[in-house]
Amino acid sequence: MDWTIVFKSLTLLGGLGLFLALILFIAARKLSIKVDEREAQIRAVLPGANCGACGYPGCDGYAAAVAGGKAALNACSVGGAQVTAEISRIMGQEVEAKEAQVAVLICRGGKNEAPQRFQYRGAEDCRQAALLLGGPKACIYGCVGLGHCVKVCPVGAIQMGENRLPVIDEKTCIGCGRCVRECPKGTLMLIPRSKLVYLACVSRDRGKAVKDVCSVGCIACGLCARVCPVAALKMERNLPVMDFAKCIDCGICVHRCPTHSFVDRAPGRPKASINPRCNGCGECVKVCQFKAIEGEPGKQHRVIPEKCIGCGQCISVCPVKAIDLVGALGHAVKTV
Amino acid sequence: MNPGKIFLAAFLVNNIILMRFIGLCPFFGVSTSVNTSIGMSAAVLFVMLLAAWVSWILYHAILLPLGLVFLRTAVFILVIATLVQFVEMFLKRYVRHLYSAMGIYLPLITTNCAILAVTFFNIDYKFNILQGTVFALGTALGFALAIILFSAIRERLEDAPISPAFKGYPIAFIGAALVSLAFMGFTALFGIS
Repeated sequence: MDWTIVFKSLTLLGGLGLFLALILFIAARKLSIKVDEREAQIRAVLPGANCGACGYPGCDGYAAAVAGGKAALNACSVGGAQVTAEISRIMGQEVEAKEAQVAVLICRGGKNEAPQRFQYRGAEDCRQAALLLGGPKACIYGCVGLGHCVKVCPVGAIQMGENRLPVIDEKTCIGCGRCVRECPKGTLMLIPRSKLVYLACVSRDRGKAVKDVCSVGCIACGLCARVCPVAALKMERNLPVMDFAKCIDCGICVHRCPTHSFVDRAPGRPKASINPRCNGCGECVKVCQFKAIEGEPGKQHRVIPEKCIGCGQCISVCPVKAIDLVGALGHAVKTV
Repeated sequence: MNPGKIFLAAFLVNNIILMRFIGLCPFFGVSTSVNTSIGMSAAVLFVMLLAAWVSWILYHAILLPLGLVFLRTAVFILVIATLVQFVEMFLKRYVRHLYSAMGIYLPLITTNCAILAVTFFNIDYKFNILQGTVFALGTALGFALAIILFSAIRERLEDAPISPAFKGYPIAFIGAALVSLAFMGFTALFGIS
């Protein structure tokens, strides 16, 4: 057999391989770009969810932007205080951390509370359904209930509940806000993770117009704004707007709301209890909005546990400090 | 053959995906959204032209005179892979916006069968370098046509009420088969083979 052809093939392929390897070797040396080493360090401390909460296309993009001095150091709301501290250590700058947030559904009108206007038979997608006369729900403001948020959640924290309303698992939610941006109806909102009370309605209608289409919709009566002890609620265009910086999570609005449009995230609340130091001055009876304290003037008062909601308003007015809250305030989990 | 005819044949009549069924992996893998398929098409166009030139020169300058024609598969893969890697590095360094537009797709298609097929067709049809260029251009644009058309269909399929057994790839294959049937209407025009 002819061995020259074998020899020629080996030489050609081997030589070509060596030659090309050499070219790539030189190119890799000459064409390499200096990557800011801080970029890699920042990328390493980021959560890696690529959720886009910072406004950049992913954790890589954000790391590059921070290292390039183009992005704020505390834009990663998912990583929260810990990641912000790490980034500011790497960059050598002091930055105040942003508070961790959690997404909540601000509509309570499921299929039992809010009837449908018509039967929707189109694509199973909130955005398309919402384009058709504002969606099949009689309330044109409310959640469409086809689960677009379930699909876009990068961590799978949203499930469709039995009531055709999405249920957000607060422990899994990283507060990136993608569902909030994607929801065609704006029925999702980010709230500070430490806050317990929020209004779950987006209807701009009032009174009967709301009553007709939803049994739990805000009718814009304004009661919550009047009863709030710290004036954290203000009526704006037929909806109370919550100032989370002022809110003290007392839960009075939740219990006074005639349509039950507020949601209390606390799993349980304590009750007030009056000890024998009480001199029966009656200040607590005056301040209690729920008529949960009774007693004759001058004698020790008592709390009616069924009526007390644990708002704690009586504690601050008691001149002899005779009132305590019994049972821990069930704060939702603060950090992931 | 005149270049216009070659172009039309590669673009429509002998469309690389829908008529020859070559390059199906990127066709199904990257066609989930219109944006990614446009990026992929740009990368294919770029690499296909480069590969066509390099392989033609290699074949006629080295393999043919040495009588080593049977080595063309190995040599072409080697050279095209190196070339694409080099170009990727070059773009990353000097043409940053082009790199960010199609950079991530370049390594995906280095040794893609559609790229290799074009280099072989250029030899098998005995094209000269101009005809080869036109053929590569037509094929790449045909690839783009098929994948962009199909990604729009798949975006619609995403929201359509499809039974769970067919959701995802099964319905995509059925859709691709129907598009392919439609393209078979072009066979009556003319073709190369």
